[in-house]
Amino acid sequence: MALNPDFIGRTYPPSEPYLVGREKIREFARAIGDVNPAYHEVAAAQGLGYADVVAPPTFAFTFVFASTEVVVMDPDLGLDYTKVVHGEESFSYSRPIVAGDELVVINTIENIRAAAGNDMITVKSTVSTTSGEPVVVTSMVIVARGTDAQ
Amino acid sequence: MTAKLKFANVEVGTKLPALSVPIQRVDLIRYAGASGDFNIIHWNERFATSVGLPNVIAHGMFTMASAVRVVTDWVGDPGAVVEYGVRFTRPVPVPDDGVGALLEISGEVTELLDAGRVRVTLTAASAGQTVLGKAQAVVQLA
Repeated sequence: MALNPDFIGRTYPPSEPYLVGREKIREFARAIGDVNPAYHEVAAAQGLGYADVVAPPTFAFTFVFASTEVVVMDPDLGLDYTKVVHGEESFSYSRPIVAGDELVVINTIENIRAAAGNDMITVKSTVSTTSGEPVVVTSMVIVARGTDAQ
Repeated sequence: MTAKLKFANVEVGTKLPALSVPIQRVDLIRYAGASGDFNIIHWNERFATSVGLPNVIAHGMFTMASAVRVVTDWVGDPGAVVEYGVRFTRPVPVPDDGVGALLEISGEVTELLDAGRVRVTLTAASAGQTVLGKAQAVVQLA
């Protein structure tokens, strides 16, 4: 059956704070094969005006995705995670993430709609520092294949 | 942020240097570890083919991360990327044949925006087919 549209607008409690590690940024940059000095060398990042190494533009997805488990595993929503594929992703930055940031994520189900027998769910994730400074808003569309047909 | 590229030196149609990214299985394993996305379709061929995929497929987020390198290489300061979004339109199969897949990425300035910002539209293809749709970044220039 189709997912319940009553879940549109549901906001989940904030995630536990995520401490952005310098070595985690370096590890992620290596994993995408990117040698940009701003990801690896503190002095290079400071030369660009940052306090510490900068995270690549998609780095935020690592901890944002982990935080969205409360949504995709919500038993009341009834999503079959084995049938889920990633449809769209976007990031809108207030400022770049740098090592040392302590970030919390608040997830909201922004939309649920049916298309071609699939359910498409848009999850908006608002990322701020623990002191409330806005950092990035991400939007993830996940497609639950064939939920309409059951 | 201190992007070196000047807005005044860029116009609609300015092409960004292209990038080719070879992808082998080990790259997917490394990305899985670094990102925390251990979805079995990204490393287990037996499982991937059993659910109808042509082979193990690359993480969409690996493709997305690779594509924006065209922008960050161009602008220098990764923090100049203020918006970035894509649609995942086609999977990138990565066979265990010693060759793997090749991702070919190009970018072009498609719109001049306010406050020294430009929109860049990216194209990402593998095996001659585009794998991302609506791949666009907004970049803050100097």
